[in-house]
Amino acid sequence: MFDTALTTNDLIFLARGAGVTLIVTAIAVFFGTVMGIVFGVFRYQVGPWWAAPLTFVLDIFRSIPLLIQLVLANAFVTTVLGWRVSGFTVACGVLSLYTAAYCAEIVRGGIEAVPPTLRRAARSLGLSWGQDMTSIVMPLAVRIALPSWIGLALGVMKDSALVYVVQVVELLKSAQILITRLQEPLFLLIVCGSFYFLISFPIARFGGYLERKWSRD
Amino acid sequence: MFNYNFRWAQAMASLPRMLEGALVTLEVALLSMVIGISIAIVLTLFRLSGSRILSAVAATWVEIARNTPALFQIYMVHFGLGGFGIHLSPYLSLLIGIAFNNAGYLSENFRGALKGIPETQTRSARSLGMTPIAAFRYVVMPQMLRISFLPMTNQMVWAILMTSLGTVVAMNTDLYGVTSDLNARTFRTFELFAIAAMIFYLITKTVTLSARLLAARLFRY
Repeated sequence: MFDTALTTNDLIFLARGAGVTLIVTAIAVFFGTVMGIVFGVFRYQVGPWWAAPLTFVLDIFRSIPLLIQLVLANAFVTTVLGWRVSGFTVACGVLSLYTAAYCAEIVRGGIEAVPPTLRRAARSLGLSWGQDMTSIVMPLAVRIALPSWIGLALGVMKDSALVYVVQVVELLKSAQILITRLQEPLFLLIVCGSFYFLISFPIARFGGYLERKWSRD
Repeated sequence: MFNYNFRWAQAMASLPRMLEGALVTLEVALLSMVIGISIAIVLTLFRLSGSRILSAVAATWVEIARNTPALFQIYMVHFGLGGFGIHLSPYLSLLIGIAFNNAGYLSENFRGALKGIPETQTRSARSLGMTPIAAFRYVVMPQMLRISFLPMTNQMVWAILMTSLGTVVAMNTDLYGVTSDLNARTFRTFELFAIAAMIFYLITKTVTLSARLLAARLFRY
């Protein structure tokens, strides 16, 4: 198993794939979170009836396999609209919306968990809606939402393995390419799996730690 | 509006084949849930057993299932086991991969649910003369399954969505596989995958809705 035909170039190729995985994840989590906060606050603010169309659209992203979302978006943008857009852009766009759909739910849950009496007290002390949001709701909601958000970010990193379908060579795809050439599936898969594990495991543990710590006090 | 000729009729003609695929998808998802729940219960028992080795086995399973992509897990079952000379059919690889993933996530849900069941219940059951297994089977487990009913529904939806990953192990009888096969023949990518997306949406909605109805009926009191 350790007697491998893997060369330095192959390792660089794998590392590049890992880099793509991390970049796609970072972009998707960043834009997804920004959109998710906007959607989540909007949904909370206007109430279930007026937010119904948005809820419906966001729900679609959570009810259809990501693989199909990517294929559909790619086909729509490149063949229906006829734009010249790279697979990387499509992948980032779809993953961002996918992240936003989940993040909106987390944000809404976080805001709802803030006791309404506390907010009313804040407003009656003369705080504006914006001040109430930033200095009362945000600190409390972040505590509730952060562990789930960490879980979401890690989920997006794992789901980013699917962007191979729009011709983005990320970590798992680069491992697959090497497997086809070297015929050493076990070794390469273990290397690739360990990479995901070594990033995900400590962060997931940290998220669990925060959750426990904050639920105590 | 678009510089593209939609050919919905042509794509719709493949609907019967895609619906057959949808049945396979549901079958894989259901089986993977049944296997996943059974293994998750066993893993939970391992954790409760107090044995260090068994707890370590359960913890390793859960952490690997939760911290690596599902795609990787299915890949590992198909090509990784292939390295040991065990060659499974795409169907089995997909089923085992998803079941592995389900078991990991569900076991974590069960552990959370157990926190809500007071330890005193087990002790009273034991003092009534029940064996540890009977106490778990008749007192703790029903409550555990009830508390984690909602997470289990979510996991079922996940399992349905995960069946699409079978494509990496050349699975071509499930909904995604059938669709991409048809796509390779006709190149009506957008129309075909839009229909597949619709079917997936309907399936997941039906599952969540019926689970909600079932929960209302089962947990009335």
